[in-house]
Amino acid sequence: MSEVIRADRVQLSELPLDPATFLSAVASAQAGATALFVGTVRDHADGRLVMALTYEAYARMALAELERIVVEAEARWAGLHVAVGHRTGRLTVGEVAVVVAAAHAHRAAAFEGCRYVIEELKARVPIWKHEEYADGAVAWVAARDVCASPAGR
Amino acid sequence: VDVTLRLFAGHAEAVGTSLVRVTVAPPATVGSLRQALPPALAALGATSMVAVNSCYAADDHPLAADDEVALIPPVAGG
Repeated sequence: MSEVIRADRVQLSELPLDPATFLSAVASAQAGATALFVGTVRDHADGRLVMALTYEAYARMALAELERIVVEAEARWAGLHVAVGHRTGRLTVGEVAVVVAAAHAHRAAAFEGCRYVIEELKARVPIWKHEEYADGAVAWVAARDVCASPAGR
Repeated sequence: VDVTLRLFAGHAEAVGTSLVRVTVAPPATVGSLRQALPPALAALGATSMVAVNSCYAADDHPLAADDEVALIPPVAGG
């Protein structure tokens, strides 16, 4: 099994993510369109007020799975270049949790490739979320939109 | 085969540890590992994926003693 991770394209970070660095990572003279997805911590979940959350990752596998997703996207949309990063550790409301940048000659592939990467990330990458609520309660969050089994793909 | 099973998130919290040793009767596969889970993990294991060496693995995937094996709860990144 290949476990070559391109660190300039795929990362987990305990430090704040800067979307600009992901735009730079995919920039090229061939790119006429770059789609950028930025996921941030919101203040509510299932009707409860969220104060903060902590992301735990199975780092070795998360990086491998992110790399596989990027390879899949770049194979599906020829000429696409993707960079993706996810935070770990404790984040408060408004902080950037995930960034996907996808660059292509044309906008359709840039949008579609970016969407593919964030949807696959949410379905497959082994990262878990522990939420802290305004009333002091805490909980591990199960995926709200249950997808098809990743192993079957 | 003795397997060291990595646990995460709610699983690790439920059993109070992030590593458990599981003895899997031959032929050792992901499916026979599921059968051999300790009682505290049996119910959780039914709703989880298993990963072998950083890849999701189906129940017929064979297990070796030096494999890195993990029980993957439903993920919630993004």
